[in-house]
Amino acid sequence: MSTPVVILGSGLAGISVARELRKFDAAVAITLVTADDGTFYSKPMLSNALAAGKTPAQLAMTPAVTLAAQLKAEIRPHTRVTAIATDRRVVVTDAGEIGYDKLVIALGGEPIRLPLEGNGAADVLFVNSLADYAPFRERLNGCRRVAILGAGLIGCEFANDLVTTGFEVDVFDIAPQPLGRLLPAQTAEFFRRRLEQAGVRFHFGSSIVRVERQGESYALWEARGDRHDADLVLSAIGLKPRVALAQAAGLKVNRGIVADHRLTTSVADIYAVGDCAEVAGLNLPFVLPIMQQARALAKTLAGTATEVSYPAMPVVVKTPACATVVCPAPVGAQGQWNEDATADGSRALFEDAAGIPIGFALVGAASAEKQALVNGMPVWL
Amino acid sequence: MRTWLCVVCGFIYDETAGDPEHGIAPGTRWDDVPANWSCPDCGVAKADFEMVAV
Repeated sequence: MSTPVVILGSGLAGISVARELRKFDAAVAITLVTADDGTFYSKPMLSNALAAGKTPAQLAMTPAVTLAAQLKAEIRPHTRVTAIATDRRVVVTDAGEIGYDKLVIALGGEPIRLPLEGNGAADVLFVNSLADYAPFRERLNGCRRVAILGAGLIGCEFANDLVTTGFEVDVFDIAPQPLGRLLPAQTAEFFRRRLEQAGVRFHFGSSIVRVERQGESYALWEARGDRHDADLVLSAIGLKPRVALAQAAGLKVNRGIVADHRLTTSVADIYAVGDCAEVAGLNLPFVLPIMQQARALAKTLAGTATEVSYPAMPVVVKTPACATVVCPAPVGAQGQWNEDATADGSRALFEDAAGIPIGFALVGAASAEKQALVNGMPVWL
Repeated sequence: MRTWLCVVCGFIYDETAGDPEHGIAPGTRWDDVPANWSCPDCGVAKADFEMVAV
């Protein structure tokens, strides 16, 4: 016997697909399989929970039992999928097989790990889920100095959260600036100064290669030989799509699991959404694309084949020390940044050959212009 | 006056404060927030995801 819709993964992508599908089909049986405990929580809140005064327990919004009742779905927590047998339409798990008619892969991403040397390398923490976050908070007790590897969005958000709540924070990145993928140089400079004024210590052009235990704390060594000390090391280098299961099952995989505009993978009746998916050539690990995908796929699963569309989707960086919002230009679009920095902010427009803005980055006071600018942005897909 | 939590990103809509930057005057009740309003932080539409009373 098979289940009409089987969803792998209980992150925002998997749960949103189930939630959206219920809006169109109250009856279809849904089984959601997850290696986690199936609690619904807001992942974006993890990187500002300290300042918000939230404990890991308070971040757990909906336990699996309640969620299952809300979604009228079967949730199988603590169940790890080991294989997909596409020929038999069966998902193989460590707790038996589950047959499917339609399969949705929403397994997310996994943290990129730097190849670190030293006997402290294994103690470096990664926070990519609520399950990772609880031990991070546990370990923070008694710590004073936190080292963060990576000055991207997640690294900067954690740095702001930690420094606001009394920790000493050093952030290391091989790039010459924070938010290297999002901000042009002058605007990044404004952002850097604001976070430094809040107390964050940045180390750019710096790559940590070795972490050694020193009693209760750690010594971090840069490639160029400089040493820094910290009580806890958090790695926030970025995420890579989780593709191993799909790859082993013979699905086409590029950076992410390859899916078309209808979220269909290279194998019929198997769909991919969220951070693990490369939809129409784009792997966009942010909330808004996931919601767009979930809505489109839900309609398809309910019987109306629907293509996903992306409006311009601004990304808010939750750094209270410097309000920041970035709307990247469509992938592959040519143009150049035109930056206008003032004493209280910086507005950067990414302009095409005709001088028309097709993307923007706003920091400080300029972030208030988001709404006015976003309406004129070209759609992404 | 009540507050509502965006379950996707944690943004809190406080009826007392409204969202003046996006045209929602202070004191606007949740029910009166227009359907095309979206979460200022993550952009998810009012109609499309759930907000819960905190």
